Amino acid sequence: MSAVQDAVHTYTPREFHRQAHDALGNPQIRDNFRRAMDGLMDKRRGVFSDWDLETLRELGANIRLRALAKLPDLLEQLEANCQANGIRVHWASDGDEACRIIGEICQSHDARAVIKGKSMVSEEMHLNAHLEQAGIEALESDLGEYLVQLNEQTPSHIIMPAIHLNTDEISEIMHTRTGTERTRDVDYMTAAARQQLRERFMAADVGVSGVNFAVAETGTLCLVENEGNGRMTTTVPPVHIAVTGIEKVVEQLRDVPPLYALLTRSATGQHVTTYFNMISGPRKPDEHDGPREVHLVLVDNGRSSIYQDDELLDTLRCIRCGACMNHCPVYTRVGGHTYGTTYPGPIGSILMPHMLGLEETKDLPTASSLCGACGEVCPVKIPIPDLLVRLRKESVGQGRGNVPGAGVKRSAKEVAAWKGFEWLATHPAAWRRTTALAGKLQKLLPSSIGPWTDYRSAPKPAKASLHALVKRHRRGEGES
Amino acid sequence: MSSRETILKRLRERSDGPLTAPVSDFAVVTGRGWDAAERVARFERLIGSVHGEVVHTSRASWTDTLAEVLAAKGVMRLALGRQHPVAAEARSALADGGVELVDADRDIEEWQREQFESVDAGLTSTRGGIAETGSLWLWPTPDEPRLISLVPPIHIAVLDADSIEDTFFDVVECHAWAQGMPTNALLISGPSKTADIEQTLAYGVHGPKALVVIVRHTGGVPA
Ligand code: SF4
Repeated sequence: MSAVQDAVHTYTPREFHRQAHDALGNPQIRDNFRRAMDGLMDKRRGVFSDWDLETLRELGANIRLRALAKLPDLLEQLEANCQANGIRVHWASDGDEACRIIGEICQSHDARAVIKGKSMVSEEMHLNAHLEQAGIEALESDLGEYLVQLNEQTPSHIIMPAIHLNTDEISEIMHTRTGTERTRDVDYMTAAARQQLRERFMAADVGVSGVNFAVAETGTLCLVENEGNGRMTTTVPPVHIAVTGIEKVVEQLRDVPPLYALLTRSATGQHVTTYFNMISGPRKPDEHDGPREVHLVLVDNGRSSIYQDDELLDTLRCIRCGACMNHCPVYTRVGGHTYGTTYPGPIGSILMPHMLGLEETKDLPTASSLCGACGEVCPVKIPIPDLLVRLRKESVGQGRGNVPGAGVKRSAKEVAAWKGFEWLATHPAAWRRTTALAGKLQKLLPSSIGPWTDYRSAPKPAKASLHALVKRHRRGEGES
Repeated sequence: MSSRETILKRLRERSDGPLTAPVSDFAVVTGRGWDAAERVARFERLIGSVHGEVVHTSRASWTDTLAEVLAAKGVMRLALGRQHPVAAEARSALADGGVELVDADRDIEEWQREQFESVDAGLTSTRGGIAETGSLWLWPTPDEPRLISLVPPIHIAVLDADSIEDTFFDVVECHAWAQGMPTNALLISGPSKTADIEQTLAYGVHGPKALVVIVRHTGGVPA
């Protein structure tokens, strides 16, 4: 049960290379991801086949860009309309402040038990750990998140948190943690989880959810899901707290259908999810269910920095569908945990450097072959490969310095080497002398040059350069 | 400065200067041009593909169909509203049958455990359907609260065939949703499901295991 034991392991982006090495040596992980990603790619292809996908992606990108262009105004409009609907709005500069706000709301209700719908922003700010420190139990209710939490892990995929586990491993986890029978019967395990979580929904003091789209025009919070745990979380407990990044706002209600169509199809290859839940306020006096209090916490956590730069801005168009990871040859082989960050895969590699700084995450932008698959499938046309290149430049100090930790990979030796090369390449006489010399000294050149030669042999300069050979050939000397 | 002011100020004083908002063309999500029969057929095919069950009936005899569905599913206790015509007609038709009718128009605090543990099915009206995705749209009311379409193991939804529209975008536009949203608006497309255990589909993980849509027709009833 490799993945079950894995629970004690903590991952960090600093150790990306070691973690990738370990993951590649684990056939179970590779198998679980390969199978799942192949299935997801097939389903996505099938569901878009009768659509004018390009036009729809164009519209999706355009809607997101329009929202970003008007972002500060839309956030104020969202706040005003939410407040008019009875939703209380809070602003947090970073994850810690957001945790504090949520903690205080919980404490003001003497809450001991929080039930959670899936929210990647809450993962990003480590909300569960924060609440537990305050003596409040936070229980995940999305089945995948629940399993991952039982196994004391973090999600390995933003849409399918438990994708790294197979049926046997899940059966083992449920057996050890909840006392269910060991089985391969998925219906049995699902029914058991339903039973276990129903009690918890009834007992919960507060429900915490994420938001997929926040509509400024009407003050509406939209949640996309298949299981119904999101509806439970936002309806059963007396208090609902929705937490979201500031970039999730859209201008109008009519912007929602195209984004929703792109999201479900890109994420899981579904025409539509089972539930699309639109919340515009707490329970009204004449209504019989729903929370009495609804809060919205708007979290910045690095987003307003990304917003400053024309190129990096594209990162904020993301609707968190996960298609880029499903199609990424690196993600498929090393799995989500290897990245050591809340958001793994291509989106993580272009987003996490802003949240954690390039010192922590310098290897992530290079965790890509730049094959371009992520950019091709992204429903809002984020040029992910270009952004990866930009972050690589930033990390060696060749960008605009707009990313925290820019220049962390800058090495004086490398800079000097390139400077030297630049000089040589622009001075023909010196170039000819040097290449001729290199050809003569062949044997004396190093055979190991850093990681490059871990899997390759070092390049050997030819005895005579192509230039010299052509020259001789023209003079009629032929090859020597 | 509060976090709110700091965030807004940073966004407004953007270093690369203000952005221009593009204009959007929504043509790709509307104008399907399907006729009524095509809409019904698409709706049925799509919701059927995600395990939703569709039963066609006439406007006049729909409560007979309801009784048959209840019998077939072994429903003993049915939660439903009171005022909506769907609820009212169901109540009078089922008045002296074997099915116990459970009032849904009560504060949930009064009957939470009962609803979670001993109701077999919830009956609701719907505002309409969406052909493109096989979806129902519901705006829960005090009469038919949010949870009766979620908590009981079976959800029975009543849909009028002529209220099926082409796309979600069309529904939002034609019914001017932006003019006033209810506390909760829902699209429901099939029973609750999960694929979190190794991509294997399982139904009823948190919500209903089964969704039965009774489609009422005023003209001919499709076979
Ligand atoms: S970057 Fe694009 S493909 Fe990746 S999660 Fe975001 S929207 Fe989806």
